[in-house]
Amino acid sequence: MMMYKLWQSVKKEMLLLSRDWGGLVILFVMPLVLVITVTLIQDSSFKAVSTRIEIAFVDNDKGEISKTIVDNLSKSESFVLVSVNEQELQHLVFKGKYQMGIVIPENLSSDLQNRVNHNVEKAISAFGLGDDSNTEENHFSTKEIKLYFDPATHVSFKSGVQNAIDKIVTQIENQSIYKAFQEQLSEENSFFEQESLIVFEEILPTTNSEEPKPNSVQHNIAAWTLFAMFFIVVPLSVNMVKEKNQGTYVRLLTSPVSHLVFLGGKIITYLIICLLQFYVMLFIGKFIFPYFGLIALEWTNLGLLTVVALFSGLAAIGFGVLLGTYAETQEQSAPFGATSVIILAALGGVWVPVFAMPEIMQGFAKISPMNWGLNAFYDVLLRQGGLSDVLTDIILLFLFFAATLTISIIYDKKKRAV
Amino acid sequence: MSQSVIQINNLYKQYKNTETFVVKGVSLAIAQKEIFGLLGPNGAGKTTLLSMMCGLLKPTSGKISILDKSYSDQKTEIHQNIGVVPQEYALYPTLTARENIAYFAGMYGLKGKDLDQKTNQTLERLGLLEFADKKIGTFSGGMKRRINLIAGVLHNPKILFLDEPTVGVDVQSKNVIIEYLQELNRSGTTIIYTSHHLSEAEHFCTKIAIIDRGEIFACDTPKNLIQNTENVSNLEDVFISLTGKQLRDDV
Repeated sequence: MMMYKLWQSVKKEMLLLSRDWGGLVILFVMPLVLVITVTLIQDSSFKAVSTRIEIAFVDNDKGEISKTIVDNLSKSESFVLVSVNEQELQHLVFKGKYQMGIVIPENLSSDLQNRVNHNVEKAISAFGLGDDSNTEENHFSTKEIKLYFDPATHVSFKSGVQNAIDKIVTQIENQSIYKAFQEQLSEENSFFEQESLIVFEEILPTTNSEEPKPNSVQHNIAAWTLFAMFFIVVPLSVNMVKEKNQGTYVRLLTSPVSHLVFLGGKIITYLIICLLQFYVMLFIGKFIFPYFGLIALEWTNLGLLTVVALFSGLAAIGFGVLLGTYAETQEQSAPFGATSVIILAALGGVWVPVFAMPEIMQGFAKISPMNWGLNAFYDVLLRQGGLSDVLTDIILLFLFFAATLTISIIYDKKKRAV
Repeated sequence: MSQSVIQINNLYKQYKNTETFVVKGVSLAIAQKEIFGLLGPNGAGKTTLLSMMCGLLKPTSGKISILDKSYSDQKTEIHQNIGVVPQEYALYPTLTARENIAYFAGMYGLKGKDLDQKTNQTLERLGLLEFADKKIGTFSGGMKRRINLIAGVLHNPKILFLDEPTVGVDVQSKNVIIEYLQELNRSGTTIIYTSHHLSEAEHFCTKIAIIDRGEIFACDTPKNLIQNTENVSNLEDVFISLTGKQLRDDV
């Protein structure tokens, strides 16, 4: 009989949801729009940008260095250099016409070469090999490559370009040193091996000898699926508040049905919704994303992903039940629910990775259920982890569900015993 | 009259963080097949007393026995045998009349053909069969009241609690509701009813208790109440003579 009552509760919840178009939009359409929009925007962070950024450029040097900078920046396919004069450059960059401007100072190449030659001659003569008549102390003034940035430019973009230019200049300096030594030693060009000794090789987790490349699709599907699942807090808590205000909850309290059956109907229904959301997101990632020029989502362990989705859904439902129990009006539950999910998402690393957060926020992230869910999804999707890798996170998610549900039941009982 | 189905002894209720008792030493015995009216001005303690009888609130002290059972250890058994019709339209507006009835009746274990048969019979009796598959949100106040009633009685409760079942409805709907309740009573259901419609209560109830400031001032048949009060000709006069004319606004 209890199973029949539970089934009736699930059926009722399904009917209520199927007739709540606003709720269905929140549950299914909004997350899809969100995941497609955010993935398209963030995709550029994971691959070369398709649109080239224009950089205002003033070349007062006309030498080797400015030529190399121009060549390297042009080769990156991310930038287009636009020649302007220095007065124009400052104005145009500060007004936001260009995100940045580069001014190469006069005689940069020749001064660098002179300094390198001077230092090499000094070194050679110190070994007693050369003529020490040219090794008197010379003072070389510092040369400034001026970088102008639009005040609205993102900090990470600034430091990225600065590092790139710094690397180019360092390379030129190194090559000049080698060249000067060769000239002093009257050796042929092949005397020094100028290829980099140290190179970087990115090693990624592999499955079946295939090497998956992390991409924005994997990151975003995991993050926004979780976000969508937690957004059920809003319709679930509103549903519970409505039942209290309509009087249907009072009717149920006077019927021979346990509180657990009443909650069980909601838990099962919303868990089905969470899993549906999850599969819809996977479907979108695999079959719809390619139509937008995005990489199709790949996964290797759907079973484990489902387990993670199931426990994440339970945590979200527990939070929704807690909010629905405490809130007295829809005006309390809906905005609080939405805002708290956004805060949990921020804490959980949905927008900014946890490692990039300040230390104190990293501490808060550790107690955010969305962070546990996200970690578990990343373990399966990106790190090719197994059940043992996600076990801690799914236990934490379940404990969160159990704790929120217990608090809700105790609070409800206490409230009715006034 | 036969044996008591509800026995209340020295019942008190004080809400948390308040100083006054809203129910003070109430003792009542309600016999089987009684139509028992609980009448009183606003804030008299009617709803609190009814809520304790339905098991929604715990008494501060005193005892309530329903069908010789106590809420402390046989709550589910009591709830299986009572029906509650709240004052609000305790229905889901986006579900149809049939879906609402099926859900609430399902909580009492009704299912299958038995449920369908009872649903159709009751809907027809209360003039709503043709609207069975329409959403409650589109119903008038009188129609909602009748569905509200059906949702509380489909499982054939031995005791039916009604909190102002005819408030805000037209005369036609009121007549249908009262007639249907009398039919239920004739078939054995004990009815506990609160109302502000004193003439309705006078003709409908077999016994009436007048409650004010948490205390029962009088409890008898409507006829005896009128006869035993000086200079009155109807229940409304009895009510005024016992509870006074002053307004009972409270927040």
